[in-house]
Amino acid sequence: MALVKTVIDGREIEVERDRWAVEVARDMGIAIPTLCHHAAVEPYGACRLCVVEVTRGRWTWLTTSCDLPIREGLTIRTNTPAVLKARRMALELLWAEAPDAAEIQELGRQLGLEKPRFAPRVKAGKCILCGLCVRVCRDLIGQAAISFSNRGIDRRIGSPFETASGRCIGCMACVAVCPTDAIHVVDDGNVRHMETFHTDMELAECESCGRPSVPVKLLEFLRTKLPEGIPVSAVCPRCRRTGTAGKLTEVSTLAAQLGYIGGCKVGEASE
Amino acid sequence: MPATDMETFDFSKVDAVIEKYNTEKSWLIMILQDTQTAYNWLPQPVLERVAERLALPLSHVYNVATFYASFSLKERGRHLIRVCDGTACHLRRSTWLLDEVRRELGISEGEMTADRMFTLETVACLGACALAPVMTIDAKCFPRMTPEKVKNVLTAPRQGKEVGVKETEPARKEIKADKPKASGARTKLAPKKRRRTGGK
Amino acid sequence: MIKSVQELVARQQAARENFYSKKVRLGVGVGTCGLANGSREVLDSIRDEAAKQGLGYAVRGTGCVGFCQAEPMVDVLVPGLPRVFYHDMTPEKGRDLVKGLAQREFHPEWALMRLGADCLLVETERRLVGELNGLAKVPTIEEVPFYRRQLRIALRNCGFIDPEDINEYLATGGYTALAKVLTTMPPEEIIDGIEKSGLRGRGGGGFPTGKKWRSCREAHGSPKYVLCNGDEGDPGAFMDRSVMESNPHAVLEGMTIGAYAIGSDRGYLYVRLEYPLAVENLALAIRQAEQEGLLGKNILGTDFSFTVRLSRGAGAFVCGESTALMASIEGFPGEPRAKHIHTAEKGVFGKPTTLNNVETWANVPVIINKGWPWFAAIGSEKSKGTKVFSIVGKVKKTGLVEVPMGMALREIIFDIGGGIAGDRKFKAVQTGGPSGGCLPESQLDLPVDFDRLTEAGSMMGSGGMIVMDDRTCMVEVARYFTNFLQKESCGKCTACREGVRRMYELLERITRGQGTLADVDLLQEVCEYVRDNSICGLGKSAPNPTLSTLVHFRDEYRAHVVDHKCPAGVCPALTTFVIDKDTCIACGKCRKSCPVECIRGAKKVKHEIDQSKCIKCGSCREVCPVDAVATA
Repeated sequence: MALVKTVIDGREIEVERDRWAVEVARDMGIAIPTLCHHAAVEPYGACRLCVVEVTRGRWTWLTTSCDLPIREGLTIRTNTPAVLKARRMALELLWAEAPDAAEIQELGRQLGLEKPRFAPRVKAGKCILCGLCVRVCRDLIGQAAISFSNRGIDRRIGSPFETASGRCIGCMACVAVCPTDAIHVVDDGNVRHMETFHTDMELAECESCGRPSVPVKLLEFLRTKLPEGIPVSAVCPRCRRTGTAGKLTEVSTLAAQLGYIGGCKVGEASE
Repeated sequence: MPATDMETFDFSKVDAVIEKYNTEKSWLIMILQDTQTAYNWLPQPVLERVAERLALPLSHVYNVATFYASFSLKERGRHLIRVCDGTACHLRRSTWLLDEVRRELGISEGEMTADRMFTLETVACLGACALAPVMTIDAKCFPRMTPEKVKNVLTAPRQGKEVGVKETEPARKEIKADKPKASGARTKLAPKKRRRTGGK
Repeated sequence: MIKSVQELVARQQAARENFYSKKVRLGVGVGTCGLANGSREVLDSIRDEAAKQGLGYAVRGTGCVGFCQAEPMVDVLVPGLPRVFYHDMTPEKGRDLVKGLAQREFHPEWALMRLGADCLLVETERRLVGELNGLAKVPTIEEVPFYRRQLRIALRNCGFIDPEDINEYLATGGYTALAKVLTTMPPEEIIDGIEKSGLRGRGGGGFPTGKKWRSCREAHGSPKYVLCNGDEGDPGAFMDRSVMESNPHAVLEGMTIGAYAIGSDRGYLYVRLEYPLAVENLALAIRQAEQEGLLGKNILGTDFSFTVRLSRGAGAFVCGESTALMASIEGFPGEPRAKHIHTAEKGVFGKPTTLNNVETWANVPVIINKGWPWFAAIGSEKSKGTKVFSIVGKVKKTGLVEVPMGMALREIIFDIGGGIAGDRKFKAVQTGGPSGGCLPESQLDLPVDFDRLTEAGSMMGSGGMIVMDDRTCMVEVARYFTNFLQKESCGKCTACREGVRRMYELLERITRGQGTLADVDLLQEVCEYVRDNSICGLGKSAPNPTLSTLVHFRDEYRAHVVDHKCPAGVCPALTTFVIDKDTCIACGKCRKSCPVECIRGAKKVKHEIDQSKCIKCGSCREVCPVDAVATA
């Protein structure tokens, strides 16, 4: 891969061409706030929070750093007054769009916002339409159980026809990536209610502790996706942690017995 | 829709459309258009069928069907009335035309009359701007519409006749052919003087 | 099937002889504007009468000559005589015309213009005409103000030929450029010529066409795609519709030449759904061209193949944006993406793609035939060639005009457009559709080209020109466009989706009389944010109508928020109509026009508006012959 030189906040660096600017900045210790960005999926450029000032030749402009490929001759500034003003406005608009999202309010306050100058949307909740849930479900999990619908000011995220999704496997990857905790799920007995997506699913009992905790559909999904021979068992997160912790304890005891501590053999020079 | 309805639903029309496009995923939008022409709208079972036959996630088909304004996931009336609210039509007071149509039919944009005869939509621009304001009923275009003409143009479809038949239109003013002008002549701007009335 | 250049020339010759045969030929304009005005009945009655007369007249449907308000238009071609265009025809007049032609009665009183020396197009030879026979009183096309200043390159043939018959396109010398390219010009030479001609994208972007073709040619990847953007969504613009309906082969020929230059063997024509006649005529043109071997496999007997497929839009203005259009062709919602990676490298289906506008493609064959120096000599320094404009709104003459770039706005609006309807006062002209801005009278001497209007805060855009008079409220205009844009936004990015929404809310408040000066300042701030932070052209240019009116018409905003008045008398909440008792002549016109019957009065009794019922529609003011209705 070709290497190119770029300057970020006055510091020159040589990196592989076409790496995303936000990630290069992070490697340099420069934190750019993001909302719709996640390393597990392709950049989307929707939230507009990660904007930076870019100069190339005699042109300077604002653009998002999550989908900006590093090319030769780019100079990037991540916190000029223009950049901060733009981020502040993005947060102000998002705050008014999702008035219940605490994370947006917090980010806003960090940039000096007290409250938005726009009327909050009624019944709007917490969704900022960053699309991480949709993109993870579609591109990472491969189920595409939910999607965007409509457009413009009517744009929303949900299951098809706002009814139960036939493709949801209850894996909760969407919940894990949502930056504003907008997806509501309630486990009640042996049913998981994905309330935000109007989808209910049956939970299988944990083989270890007997609590209903793993969606049956998730088990079926894993069985079809994983290579044959790999056992798929219903184990709840708690038991999995305990189980793993147990295995780790075994390993470290063994390591201690053999003279290994912290990854290196005792008596050898460490790196 | 309840499951029993699915068994009696006529999928032959949508299946034929999908065949016509060789079951190719990228033709989804054209498939949805031709399907909507066949059923007059896009019912949920039909969209599910399209997703199934094209091996596309239902959420994708739903996304496409709701993104584009020409698709209707609600049942539509026998006749589609479109009032243009493009800039030229807007300047020629299409809003008043729309108000009159709403009043006359008793429905708003996106709605269907109770007798399932008419659905009303607004459209951004039909490209007949020189004839603003413009209204269409199905494929027939009515230029230079006024609120007064609305009842007239609705008469034929209300009587079950073909749209555009036997309406009486007021005589149009003819344009006189221009006399040749000397080159370089400019039309003078002639603002009319207006007397101010007493303030209110 | 035409398998060689010689065969093509022979076919063109035969088609020309058929066109200028010994038969009388009548053409009736059945483009969308014509049909809306009842030209189908005119065509039917002329056909019927000609059959009855048994004189063997050729009767054809043609496209649109661009003077839409004069439709239905009929043109008559009698052997040896000038071609004459008739306006405002009816079925009865059509019959009379046919009957009269047998007796050499030409009804000059119905004629709009005659062509002194008939030429089908810029490139063919002119046919000499004989004696005028009573047609001397009819002005020539060079004398008619609407047509006098025009140079019709992209609009050639429109209204002159039958778009449903490829032979008529051949008669104009159609496909000569393609033959020339395939047999004598290597791709490098073609691209070089297009670059030197200075042709820039006519869809609004103004990107140098030659440069675009070159970068696609040099891109890695296969197959390469050639696309045509027929998604003319700007309200008030219908240039592309006219070309697609009236001269579809010009677009096909242009695309085929481009495909050859770039090294592409396939493409798509993306046409908006709201143009069904354009879709039909293009589909027919594609079929006929394929049958003749001028499109598809082994074109003109060479080993070059190019197949084109029609893709329809589905009601989304944003699909005029290049990346959204490509997403739509792929079967996705029209969501734009950032263009750090150019579509010339990775476009539709991830392959190198060249997308050009309808009008751009239509120019290509002419540039090839007449050579790039001829084209580069037309227009202004950085904007070569001509541009088609649609003049609509409060002008006397509405329609399509094509003029060399660099003509002043004033000339287009007043010399060609005839000035303001009703002789009212000019207030502003909106150029470039919803992406453009409003320019006041002080800017009327600006030359219209790619760069000068942009510098003034508007843009030439696709060529839409909406003329406004003193009864237009510029704040309401900004509100109208912003409403349009918030509905057409794809909704992906915060800046456009939320920013334009809030812009609309503020404008709505201001036009309702609930706005403050602080609102106007906030509006300015949000506009600048949306302009600088949106992903695509829709969002980036969405603030233009508002920003340009804030610059040029700020006093109107002040009147709305400080004085709580709408000076133009448009915003209902800030307008009161009053009939001046001294001026009123009690003619009753206002009373009859009032949709809510709120005007009291009778013959010889001064009329008065009942303010409690008045809905502020302005009809009374519009119809009053003595201007007695004023805003208080």
